[in-house]
Amino acid sequence: MKASGLPDSQGLYDPALEHDNCGVGFICHIKNQASHEIVRQGLQILVNMDHRGAVGADPLAGDGAGIIMQIPHELLSEECAKLGFKLPAPGEYAVGQVFLPRDEAARNACLKAFDAVVPSEGQELLGWRDVPVDNSCLGESVKPAEPVMRQVFIKKGAAIADEAAFERKLYVIRKRVHHAVWDSVADGSHANFYMPSLSSRTIVYKGMVLSGNLAVYYQDLRDPRCKSALALAHQRFSTNTFPSWELAQPFRYLCHNGEINTVRGNINWMAARKATMSSAILGEDLDKLWPLIGDGASDSATFDNALELLVAGGYSLSHAMMMMIPEAWDSNPLMDADRRAFYEYHAALMEPWDGPAAVCFTDGRQIGATLDRNGLRPARYVVTDDDFVIMGSEVGVLPIPERKIVKKWRLQPGKMFLIDLIEGRIIDDAELKAGLAKSKPYQKWLNETQIKVEDLPPENPAMAPDHDTMLDAQQAFGYTQEDLKHFIKPMTLTGQDPIGSMGRDTPIAVLSDRPKMLFDYFSQNFAQVTNPPIDPIREELVMSLVSLIGPRPNLLAPDDAGSKKRLEVRSPILGNLDLEKIRHIENHVDRAFKTATLSMCYPADQGATGMEAALEKLFAKAEEVVRDGFNIIILSDRCLDADHIAIPSLLATAGVHHHLIRTGMRTSVGLVVETGEARRVHDFCLLGGYGAEAINPYLALDTITDMADELDDISVEDAHKRYIKAISKGMLKVFSKMGISTFQSYCGAQIFDAIGLNAEFIERFFTKTASKVGGIGIHQVAEETVRRHREAYGDNPLLAKHLEVGGELAWRQRGETHAWTPETISLLQHAVRKGDRETYRKYEAAMNAHDKQFKNLRGLFKLKGTGKPVPLDEVEPIDKICKRFATGAMSFGSISWEAHTTMAIAMNRLGGKSNTGEGGEEAVRFKPMENGDSMRSAIKQVASGRFGVTAEYLVNADDIQIKMAQGAKPGEGGQLPGHKVDEWIARVRHSTPGVGLISPPPHHDIYSIEDLAQLIHDLKNVNPKARISVKLVSEVGVGTVAAGVSKAHADHVTISGFDGGTGASPLTSTQHAGSPWEIGLAETHQTLVLNKLRGRIAVQVDGGLRTARDVVVGALLGADEFGVATGALIAAGCLMMRKCHLNTCPVGIATQNPELRKLFPGEPAHVVNFFTFLSEEMRKLMAELGFRTVNEMIGRSDCIEMNDAIDHWKTNGLDFSRLLHRPNVGAEVAVYNTETQDHGLEHALDNGLIVEAKNAIENGTPVKISVELINVNRTFGAMLSGRVAMKYGKAGLPEDTIYIDAVGTAGQSLGAWLSPGITIDLKGDANDYVGKGLSGGRIVIRPTDDSPLIAEDNIIVGNTCLYGATLGEAFIRGVAGERFAVRNSGAKTVVEGVGDHGCEYMTGGIVVVLGHTGRNFAAGMSGGVAYVLDEAGDFETRCNLAQVDLEPIAAEEEKMEAEAQGGDLEGHGRVNVEHDMTRYDAQRLKNLIEKHLHYTGSARARMILKNWDAMLPKFVKVMPVDYRRALQEMQAKNNAAEHVGVNTSVGD
Amino acid sequence: MGKPTGFLEFDRHDRAYAPIKERVEHYKEFVIPLKDDELKTQGSRCMDCGIPYCHNGCPVMNIIPEFNDLTYHGDMKAALEVLHSTNNFPEFTGRICPAPCEASCTLNIDDHPVTIKTIECAIIDRGWAEGWVKPRIPKTHTDKTVAIIGAGPAGMACAQQLARAGHRVTLFEKNTHAGGLLRYGIPDFKLDKSIIDRRLGQMQTEGVDFRPNTCIGVDVSVAKLMEDFDAIVLSGGAEKPRDLPIPGRELNGVHFALEFLTQQNRRNGNETFAETDILAAGKNVLVIGGGDTGSDCVGTSVRQGAVSVTQIEILPKPPTKENKLTTWPNWPQKLRTSSSHEEGCTRDWNVVTKAFVGDANGNLKAAKCMRVEWKPDDKGQFQMSEIAGSEFEIPCERAFLAMGFVHPVHEGLVNDLGVAKDGRGNVAADTENYQTSNPKVFAAGDMRRGQSLVVWAIREGRQAARAVDEFLMGSTELPR
Repeated sequence: MKASGLPDSQGLYDPALEHDNCGVGFICHIKNQASHEIVRQGLQILVNMDHRGAVGADPLAGDGAGIIMQIPHELLSEECAKLGFKLPAPGEYAVGQVFLPRDEAARNACLKAFDAVVPSEGQELLGWRDVPVDNSCLGESVKPAEPVMRQVFIKKGAAIADEAAFERKLYVIRKRVHHAVWDSVADGSHANFYMPSLSSRTIVYKGMVLSGNLAVYYQDLRDPRCKSALALAHQRFSTNTFPSWELAQPFRYLCHNGEINTVRGNINWMAARKATMSSAILGEDLDKLWPLIGDGASDSATFDNALELLVAGGYSLSHAMMMMIPEAWDSNPLMDADRRAFYEYHAALMEPWDGPAAVCFTDGRQIGATLDRNGLRPARYVVTDDDFVIMGSEVGVLPIPERKIVKKWRLQPGKMFLIDLIEGRIIDDAELKAGLAKSKPYQKWLNETQIKVEDLPPENPAMAPDHDTMLDAQQAFGYTQEDLKHFIKPMTLTGQDPIGSMGRDTPIAVLSDRPKMLFDYFSQNFAQVTNPPIDPIREELVMSLVSLIGPRPNLLAPDDAGSKKRLEVRSPILGNLDLEKIRHIENHVDRAFKTATLSMCYPADQGATGMEAALEKLFAKAEEVVRDGFNIIILSDRCLDADHIAIPSLLATAGVHHHLIRTGMRTSVGLVVETGEARRVHDFCLLGGYGAEAINPYLALDTITDMADELDDISVEDAHKRYIKAISKGMLKVFSKMGISTFQSYCGAQIFDAIGLNAEFIERFFTKTASKVGGIGIHQVAEETVRRHREAYGDNPLLAKHLEVGGELAWRQRGETHAWTPETISLLQHAVRKGDRETYRKYEAAMNAHDKQFKNLRGLFKLKGTGKPVPLDEVEPIDKICKRFATGAMSFGSISWEAHTTMAIAMNRLGGKSNTGEGGEEAVRFKPMENGDSMRSAIKQVASGRFGVTAEYLVNADDIQIKMAQGAKPGEGGQLPGHKVDEWIARVRHSTPGVGLISPPPHHDIYSIEDLAQLIHDLKNVNPKARISVKLVSEVGVGTVAAGVSKAHADHVTISGFDGGTGASPLTSTQHAGSPWEIGLAETHQTLVLNKLRGRIAVQVDGGLRTARDVVVGALLGADEFGVATGALIAAGCLMMRKCHLNTCPVGIATQNPELRKLFPGEPAHVVNFFTFLSEEMRKLMAELGFRTVNEMIGRSDCIEMNDAIDHWKTNGLDFSRLLHRPNVGAEVAVYNTETQDHGLEHALDNGLIVEAKNAIENGTPVKISVELINVNRTFGAMLSGRVAMKYGKAGLPEDTIYIDAVGTAGQSLGAWLSPGITIDLKGDANDYVGKGLSGGRIVIRPTDDSPLIAEDNIIVGNTCLYGATLGEAFIRGVAGERFAVRNSGAKTVVEGVGDHGCEYMTGGIVVVLGHTGRNFAAGMSGGVAYVLDEAGDFETRCNLAQVDLEPIAAEEEKMEAEAQGGDLEGHGRVNVEHDMTRYDAQRLKNLIEKHLHYTGSARARMILKNWDAMLPKFVKVMPVDYRRALQEMQAKNNAAEHVGVNTSVGD
Repeated sequence: MGKPTGFLEFDRHDRAYAPIKERVEHYKEFVIPLKDDELKTQGSRCMDCGIPYCHNGCPVMNIIPEFNDLTYHGDMKAALEVLHSTNNFPEFTGRICPAPCEASCTLNIDDHPVTIKTIECAIIDRGWAEGWVKPRIPKTHTDKTVAIIGAGPAGMACAQQLARAGHRVTLFEKNTHAGGLLRYGIPDFKLDKSIIDRRLGQMQTEGVDFRPNTCIGVDVSVAKLMEDFDAIVLSGGAEKPRDLPIPGRELNGVHFALEFLTQQNRRNGNETFAETDILAAGKNVLVIGGGDTGSDCVGTSVRQGAVSVTQIEILPKPPTKENKLTTWPNWPQKLRTSSSHEEGCTRDWNVVTKAFVGDANGNLKAAKCMRVEWKPDDKGQFQMSEIAGSEFEIPCERAFLAMGFVHPVHEGLVNDLGVAKDGRGNVAADTENYQTSNPKVFAAGDMRRGQSLVVWAIREGRQAARAVDEFLMGSTELPR
């Protein structure tokens, strides 16, 4: 099923890949007093969150908005009476909101279905009402899809016991009608049939209208008789512009802001339960409900479907929500025992629906909200003195006078908030969950039923065989020397997933001549834009590897708890001992489990053709053993030998998994895989992702045993443990890239794209996995396996003693094909150094040669052109072409100064663009050099670490690139090891020399598409002249993300191939994440054109562009611009040593070693030659193909065809028809970048500020400005700051030159990149991202004078404040949300309480917290200090001590010292005090609190200062260990220097 | 792998030679091996490059980073396995290869390549010393018969590979012993002949049937050969030397270099020879040709007791240091000074020999030479011209022509077989199949590619063996 209004799947566009995010909010009256005002205010919330939605090409067509409320009985009963039927009392009837087809025949079919179903379910159909609508407010693109709007009224049947039973019956009716309609019409005319709601309590009005027009369209909503005590409203931001009415929210129970990352697995698991599910309450009605989930709808709709089932099955709404979105319980020591037992018990019932989520839900009687375990969506609420509760994605969405507000708070990670309108009270998280947790003896049930493998009695683990036998097995399973050298051995030694550098330049599996593992045909998905990746190390507390093996309990029998035993393992990777325990479990734990070991091997004499039959036999056997009562299956390939071939374990696992899902038996049995094949992290991820609940890699373990003497002093047992630990950590990283935090929800979630596998094969064994270009099937997969087997047991002398060389990670003569070879590199370097075109042409010929080996998909293309060549001199000149080139984002730090500036100078000479990378840029580079060259990088990158991202940096950009992902390691952060951070680099990055730096995996201000829109808006404000670019990595679905990015007003988007370069990245990522750019670019172009969004945005492609032909193919597939990184780097001297991560680059590029830097051979002229030669070749090719300009070429995929001449056993199945598809659109639709985005900057209040501050900006004359703010005033102060930075650089203006007095609720990003000399003094409160990138200004936020709130008990600013701040001050009187001061590198701030993850990744600055802190404080904090007031003495339990020490504040000593120095300290003391972080803590702290009092009038500050001697001991200093070491080293150095009369300052 | 910072910590340190005074007194090898710990340190300098240019630079594709690392870690036995997996005779290349691998070593961009050749030689020498080198006798035989004609390095490598694949291999050699130029061209002080003999012993056990003193076309007819064997491999080398047809060529004392070198090798090996002695003792020697053969003539002449040795070359003097930016990782043109040059020799460049001058008895007494210069023509090709008035004479009683080889000897075998030749007079065959115009006849080594290095001969022998195996069996597991 696909939602209506979306186009059919075509080319690479697939409607199933659409995403949406949004703004959400509700208002309710706690005492259930219904009024029309509530409805009106609900709608007002929408209007005030308009900026969280999006508008596509059609200005009147929003992405959808809607409202759910109580049934307006008064309105409906009067209107129905007019229609001639009478409604019974409230509760005695239901109303259904129905979207009906415009086609009359189809509509009648729908009506008939109601006529048939309603009576047969024992209810009475009272009548129909046409819903009055005014469609003049609809966009032209929306009108054709507008349904006919009607309401159906159903009277409760006599046999219905109560309201809950009625609701259940209505659910059954809705499903039955739905099935009847959809089953009866196959031609698609049903497409407009949908029931937004059918309930006796609630009703949903929604549609494809702008949020402000909802009440214009639905006239009911304006009717004063339309009353409700609650109104829950939703504003959608989708990644497309297609008018799908039913995907507007709310759904029947909920609104969802976020993304369910695991939805594919969740759908599968729901389907898999069919055989084991029964319900006492639903009885036989349950059978009428299948299929339970409307596959193909949005993730939110799917979630709603599941929630609805649970509620119908007897769970309360809040109970069901806790099952679906559990808190992080597994590694949370702070959780109380009952609650933990509740979650652990329910973990076996249902896998989490994992992903960022703020879910607001209601059944008409209760209304509430819950947040995902990591708190990745904002949700703020206020309670008023007249019993209203208003909750929303933002605060300030309704104009409530501050004096009426009695509570301001936020939803915290994993927490729930519920208002029971019947009971007339708010039920907070603690009460709510304690009630549920204690309602059943969950711990007792667990004690009786939850069996842990570690507690089972020991068995005899299998012993490793002799070396030669093992070697044969390794070869049969495709082991290479690289597996041992680069994976197994390092993992065993270090317990870490290994790191490598430079990108992948080998062919994808289907293009490789070598037999590849089936694993190699899959690439990992990762989160970009629509949801954030997680940091599995610093935010380990949300991660869990717990796996439950074996039969799952009946989901709909909440009370038959203790009857089913469940088997738990701490990690899905099993050692040999654990496996034997499971194999022999039959005799233990009351014989609850019975394990069948099924062989994945079949007789070798059956060869490749025998595999298919062997699989079918395996499936039948699996089904048979389940019927025979076995409830654990071990799929094993231990019987592999010369006479037996092993089916690829992934094929067998996924095949059995899907077979059992299809037969509804999957949840009756656990699936364990015992395989010699799995050895790399990726392998385990795939096995888990396709259904294995646990995996035993016996051969990898045997291999470790065999190399025991090479493993230093590690015992074999420890070695096995370390390897398993490394795999486990690697797996967590892979989950986290997708934003998934638990193995349970990852298991079976299929978070992979297939590349090079045909549709039939995928559908049969890997059902619903995306595979876009066809490829091989079962026969070729079998052939590859058989070839390996034959080689392993044959006589090949090279394999007699050795494994295959591999050659994937490093080039080898007998290894895998690489693009960069000794030949191509030396030809290119010799050409550019000699300035020799002839040699360059040889380089291109060698690089493009595809006659013997295929290197990439485009190698199989034939460029046929337009058929009309043009004369070369008519083709546009080189300088025009060069403007379209950019080099890659490589930071100063990851590469040397010499290399970095060479790139910049070269690109500036060419008129192209170089990219700073994530590491700031020294101001000296912003001024032209004496010889006219310029070292300024035109593209300034903004990555998750925000290193050196200051106002000055941003205003010196032509393009500002937001790096969402990097081809070599999408979904991962970076890490610059301490030894690479010298003083120079530390200065540019605003950090401390010698202290390692971490870039978080996500941008902490981008967890969803509307967040990205906000960041784009922020950056555009600082530098309105710069293009804002978003860098994405190719994967299936990147096109829809790009469409969303275009709607979020990005001016430019980059699509990177998976083969991009890197300075350091886990090999798992470089090898296995992302897809070739050909696929991602084509999908992006097609989707943008289809959405009519292409003209607004420039599309750049990068990742492995190496020749003119590559660039031309890029243009033909839809790119305006081209990034060439590795090629340019090689022109400058890179030799692909792949040692960037070791600082030993022998050509002085990826190193900071001064000796090695001297060896840098590159000159700007070399890089200029490269691009010049490339452009020259490009012009020749363009002339041949018949194009005069690049613009003419863009998107002309019809000029490419598959090269028929290529006849190869593996590539023959490839099908590029979808890749080369051209959307059928009219001539008026732009197919390349033709226009600019409308950023709406003219609405910014800053325009006024700039006028008022004219004198200050021009002459430095102080000025004071007063303004009022509401939440729609976003990014306040940023544009002004940009102006100041432009004129005054980093130094800005003198303190308080521009003083802004503000009142009200500030929108997001208040004071972003605020420049020195600007002070914002706000009375009121603020939303997320206050002081983002603060660059020296001061922000003061305090409650209004008339607010009755106790400031330190109430929230005043949102999440992620001071993210990436580099300088300045912020005084906040009140509590801040999650991730306060994340990645702060220099700001000083005082706040009165913070949420979870405070000071995360901080590298500098000072944070003072005068109140409660959340969990995981100081995670990844490597610099700066924090002082936390720990009155309860329990701060340690909430602080992440991995990188910091907690210290008391040494008052006595300080005091003495202060006295000894006397007035000296007072006089110019402040500077000293704040610069030497190793001393003067008490004085520094006191100074800051005094300032806090001065600026905010804080009662808390006053109290502390008044009782200073008593309070001081309660402060804890959080001191990063590395930072202290680095400071002490510097101090020692300075002391030595002082002795010889040199004075340098310490710290920053 | 290796030691990541090894190259930063340790300098290149290579094998030394015995003092000149001592070494010129005999014909024995004079290279002093590194000690074990020195060897490890040198192995640790390998950076385990992402692209190991050495591995590409090496014609037999030695997997150099791997054996460097194993040497660093002291596992010489495993290192030997790696080495033998690509190279049948590392003890030859470890001694006499000019080591293109070291030229292409990444550390050579700064003139300090890893001592790859030294490490290679140490590994195999250790292997022989420890008894790790054993015959690899195939478990089964195919009963296919292969004749290999010419027992130089190409023929030997080809024979060994095919014997190990289970074929019945007969290796024909026209000389008294197998080894080709290894035995008869390269002086003993560079390669001791016992080193070849022990390898031949291994091959014998592996099933190679040696037929020395057998000249095809003379001792065995081509027709018989074609009848008796399923496949034939021509590996007879490129033995036709480039002559210098100038006045006085016929004088006594003017010889091809190989005549001189071969005779000394036979003398050392206690072989008899029919020709009169060619000796440099007490003579002024002129070596014409600046290559390795010329250098061998220098060293041999010195050992025989020449009064003086002069080596001239028609080409210009190459630069002492190449421009790495435009040559590396390729084999650069540069001035190379061999151990023989160090032993005493005058070198001159841009010299053309115009005539030999004899005394009344027809004995050589001098060579008439001229200076030349090289200038690019309008196509950029360098053209030589003689400098008028630059004539000069070099007094000499012995002149050795070391100007390379033009192609294989055509008379006899090649012509009798009737196989096609390429434009340069070599036996035509490509490097995929090594097959000549006669499908069952294959060609490898100098016979196919013209004069080249021993290491190229080994490569071609191995690859031809694979082609032959595939030809005979339909498929092959022998490596390329």
